[in-house]
Amino acid sequence: MSTILDIRNLSRVHATSGQKVHALRGVDLAVASGELVAVMGPSGSGKSTLLTCAGGLDRPTSGEVLVDGNDLATLNTKAVAALRRRRIGYVFQDFNLIPALTAAENVMLPLELDGTRARTARKYAEAALTEVAIPELADRFPDHMSGGQRQRVAIARAIVGERRILLADEPTGALDSDTGEAVLQLLRDRCDQHGIAGVLVTHDARHAAWADRVVYLRDGVLVGQSGPLPEADILLETR
Amino acid sequence: MSIKHGLLALLRPEPKYGYQLRGEFETATNSTWPLNIGQVYTTLTRLERDGLVQASQAGKGDDGRALYEITEAGRAELAKWFDTPVTRESRPRDELAIKLALALAVPGIDVSAVLQRQRTSTMESMQELTRLKRLGRDGEISWLLVLESMIFSAEAEIRWLDHCEAMLSRHRRSARTSAATKDQIQSEDHKAGASQ
Repeated sequence: MSTILDIRNLSRVHATSGQKVHALRGVDLAVASGELVAVMGPSGSGKSTLLTCAGGLDRPTSGEVLVDGNDLATLNTKAVAALRRRRIGYVFQDFNLIPALTAAENVMLPLELDGTRARTARKYAEAALTEVAIPELADRFPDHMSGGQRQRVAIARAIVGERRILLADEPTGALDSDTGEAVLQLLRDRCDQHGIAGVLVTHDARHAAWADRVVYLRDGVLVGQSGPLPEADILLETR
Repeated sequence: MSIKHGLLALLRPEPKYGYQLRGEFETATNSTWPLNIGQVYTTLTRLERDGLVQASQAGKGDDGRALYEITEAGRAELAKWFDTPVTRESRPRDELAIKLALALAVPGIDVSAVLQRQRTSTMESMQELTRLKRLGRDGEISWLLVLESMIFSAEAEIRWLDHCEAMLSRHRRSARTSAATKDQIQSEDHKAGASQ
């Protein structure tokens, strides 16, 4: 197991109308290959900010975010965008699928944006849809799917190609409890079987319990952790 | 946990020996509540005394062990047990609720830390239960139901802890606000008094 996502002493300050708001303060979090980490905390505790910084969608005020050993701060915007498309997958509560595209086209999108030829992208998309157990829905539009099916498409889009990190922000929020469990099972399998590093933001303890570790945020600070600490060799490897 | 009713339930379909009852009880609950053979025989003796089971007409086994069967009174008792919901009040006193109440009542205790420690610990058991659920995905449905029951009560405890924390921080904020308002009123009164 090696560290794929390494967040060190991360702080993010939002400046709004002259007032400084500390969204995150000195957060350390390392996620290894095959590990699923859940982030819990009340609204406004900094969970989503942590996720957007981890995925290169937001820049930290100070501290480092290393993805596969690359410090995002040392990369230009274009390089960060490329890393995001190739290495990082996102899953959101409201799925964020494009209604005018079929399931397969939605999944192909990040690959095509990255210059992959359509035929190759289609093959990858079909493989990803098979992995989330809905290959038969490839040509269906999101409006003609259930919530659970749409979330599976969103997960397929997040794992298509050679993604190493899966970031999920309340992925079960819009689903009933049984469908939600199935989505968790899927995320868990991705980590267990494909060595993906997963970060799951959730307010639902039942879903957080699927993770190897659960960390708690309060007012932008990590205040606790449940579950085993990473093994010593992980800590030694990259530091 | 009612061992008495558990044994009656297992005896309902057919007469059984004590060691069989112990084995079947553990299978049904996947050893969540381990029973020793002594508890089984003590309970059987009490059940026999109360007329809820009796030594079977089929007599003793080859090794002289008694075969037990359920009586009509036992069947009625069992039916009553299944028909009666378990009330919250019949469970033991909730140590956690008492601990939190005391943490608030006694000065100098960091209640937030007590809450977080409890949350961490409950989450760890929930993670373990969820891991067992994943491993037992295709296993006995009776075992999965027992696991789910434990997961749901752990979840309820965590939600309650979150709720306590939110209530506490609201309470502290309003306590601060009312203290500030009181100060302000006092200082305004003071000014008013000075200007007269």
